[in-house]
Amino acid sequence: MQKNLRWKLLVIAAVTGLSIWSFTPPSRKIALGLDLKGGAHFVLEVKTDDAVRLETETTSEQLRVAAKEANIAITTRVTGLETFLAEGVPGGMDQQFRVLADQLTSLAFTREATGGGTHTFNMRPNIAVQRRTEAVTQSIQTIERRINELGVSEPTVAPYGSTDNQILVQLPGLSDINRAKNIIGQTAVLELTLVEAGPAADQASLLQAFNGQVPPDLEIIGGAAPGMGAAYYLIRKVPAVTGRDLRNSRPTLDEFNTPAVSFSLNSEGAVKFGRVTTDNIGRSLAIVLDNQVMSAPRIDGPIEREGRITGTFTPQEASDLALVLRSGALPASLTYLEQREVGPSLGADSIRAGVTASIVGLLLVTLFMLSYYRLAGINAFVSVALNLVILLGFMSYLGAVMTLPGIAGFILTIGMGVDSNVLIFERIREELASKKGARQAIAAGFDRVLITIIDTHVASLIAAAFLFQFGTGPIRGFATTLFFGLIANVFTAVFVSRTVFEFVLSRRPAGATQLSI
Amino acid sequence: MRFLSNPNFNFLKWRWHAIALSAIVILAGILTVVARGGLPLGVDFSGGTVIVVQFTQPTGEDRVRQALGTMSSEASVQRFGPATNNAILIRLPLEPGADQDNSLSAVSERVEQALRAANVGQFSVINRELVGATIGRDLQQKGIWATLTAIGGILVYIAVRFRFGFAVGAVVATFHDILVTLAFLTWFGYDLTLNVVAAILTIAGYSVNDTIVVFDRVRENQRILRRESLDTIVNQAVNQTLSRTIITAGTTFLAVVSLFLFGGEVLRGFAFTMLVGIVTGTYSTIFIASAIAILLSKRPAVSSPQGARSVEARRKRA
Repeated sequence: MQKNLRWKLLVIAAVTGLSIWSFTPPSRKIALGLDLKGGAHFVLEVKTDDAVRLETETTSEQLRVAAKEANIAITTRVTGLETFLAEGVPGGMDQQFRVLADQLTSLAFTREATGGGTHTFNMRPNIAVQRRTEAVTQSIQTIERRINELGVSEPTVAPYGSTDNQILVQLPGLSDINRAKNIIGQTAVLELTLVEAGPAADQASLLQAFNGQVPPDLEIIGGAAPGMGAAYYLIRKVPAVTGRDLRNSRPTLDEFNTPAVSFSLNSEGAVKFGRVTTDNIGRSLAIVLDNQVMSAPRIDGPIEREGRITGTFTPQEASDLALVLRSGALPASLTYLEQREVGPSLGADSIRAGVTASIVGLLLVTLFMLSYYRLAGINAFVSVALNLVILLGFMSYLGAVMTLPGIAGFILTIGMGVDSNVLIFERIREELASKKGARQAIAAGFDRVLITIIDTHVASLIAAAFLFQFGTGPIRGFATTLFFGLIANVFTAVFVSRTVFEFVLSRRPAGATQLSI
Repeated sequence: MRFLSNPNFNFLKWRWHAIALSAIVILAGILTVVARGGLPLGVDFSGGTVIVVQFTQPTGEDRVRQALGTMSSEASVQRFGPATNNAILIRLPLEPGADQDNSLSAVSERVEQALRAANVGQFSVINRELVGATIGRDLQQKGIWATLTAIGGILVYIAVRFRFGFAVGAVVATFHDILVTLAFLTWFGYDLTLNVVAAILTIAGYSVNDTIVVFDRVRENQRILRRESLDTIVNQAVNQTLSRTIITAGTTFLAVVSLFLFGGEVLRGFAFTMLVGIVTGTYSTIFIASAIAILLSKRPAVSSPQGARSVEARRKRA
């Protein structure tokens, strides 16, 4: 055997070995997509407006409180997402107000005196952008924490799409989709706030003591009250303690043995909570979750670290609420833009169907090639089979995910592999017909066709690259398979196939003119 | 074995017939699409709700339609997979704004409730696709972009490697294949889904592949047969590569037929698209691509005064 030929065979053996090593064992090395494995796929939109509005509301409230402490009586009014007004600044206090306001808000807001004791505050554009970006990043982190606690294996949580406010969540193998949706989507803003009046069945009776007007530092929110069904509370706008001061939370039982959620506060929260509860013994403290009063127990004595949320929970709901509180609140609300679920049985059906189709396809094509090109057909089979082996190796090495369109890509790779072989074989037949020896015919056949194969493959690679760049989901899975299938095909059709021919010829006399093709 | 030995058909003689036939098919396709008010977009692009429910007992589509009550006027209800599967696919349009007020799953929940209330039988949901309008629009845009850029990239490559006229020929043939495939999809009632778009793009790649093989042979022949006219050279190239064209189409067709028959319900649309595409791709390679390439390549050679002037004018401007 020629030295040259031995080297070539060695290269082929090495590539084959490496590819097989790369995807063994297949059950662990080849990652299956949701369409094959079953599971859920969500695209969520972060309502980043929420985060911007919150910034505006918080700042205006801070300014009002600070002004009150400096004895400047003003009212504030939020007039837009990024805009609020400070009204009624007394003429004599204007200078002091300006100093105070700039100190407090100038980092995030511009201020403009619009006359008549009114100042208009506009959020700086870069701050607004920053708040939106932060909201998405924080949402992703929070969702990740929640999903990790759910115990889903290999979840994906990532920014998505062309707009900057979408998040992709993929949960392979998940069965209880609704529960997952609730856990992901719950805003989970927890606030502990002193109750000024209530509960009452309607809003008007709450305001009797206040001349029918909601005072500027209070607000009315709805909720539940024992024996009343729906009820309203008049509570302080600024909460005593928020979920940010939470250290831990876990499901528990209340004194009536119904499911509840207990929480503990960190040291900073404990100090605040201790002070508020000590000062307000005998009053009610509303436990507000996502702008709904869950319960409003009476403060019987100073409380520092521990608290409890009661309500009408099932054990599952209590443990889910504990989970979302532990993982922190979302900075903005979420809405579902897309939801796809594939049941595990459908996924398994698809795998079975895909594999059957691949095997039947390969068999049909091989049968045809064997009957049309006789022994050379074996050559085509070897190169196509090796092509699939290398493709599988590539996919597992890169951690690419196998999807249903990916399987279609495999079948297409079979088609292209055969195409290259047909191209070469037809050319070799032409060369043989012009009365050349077998060796020369093979050499001429491969040489002439090489340029065509390169042209067709480069054109297809360009298409696959664009598909990957601009496509989504299934199109990408398909593009990946196609791309690496093409690369593997250049190697198998040009290099492997030729080496097999040379190997066969090396055992025949130099002047052979016959070829089984 | 050999199907064709030294074929020598005069394909160019048939080019006007071929162009007329293609024009008729494409025109009929366009008319069908216009008459039904647009392409048959799947939920991926139009947005909407698709639920596949699998019953434990054999259940007919009519029972499901009855159970849906008033919803059934908008719903499309059809069998999913073989009858033994007892699976039924229900598709409903989107409620406006569903993805903005967080009620994307409202329609699908109503369907499940209706089925339970009507006591159709035990069932489980094996597939659910809820796509909001925002994502539908996004996917539409991305699908169009992916198609156009991929074809644009191929055009540039062929223009660099061959003459510009050839690139146009290849691209016209590709668009021809895409349009014919879309027409057949519409006629046979397949929805345009992401998977089908992937198949259409494959067809585009396949068609260009075929065309390049012929053009490569044209280029090779031009070097050997300098005296022959372009018509003869091209016709000869088509003949020389004819057995390859047919065998490749045949083997790929075999692979795709097995995908169509055994690939399962989810890939049926994909496989159908490929089947149509392979046939039209082969046809366009033989009859359309070279015809256009010749028409465009000849023009500068014929010394029409107008053409010469415009070339002259372009030179002056440059």
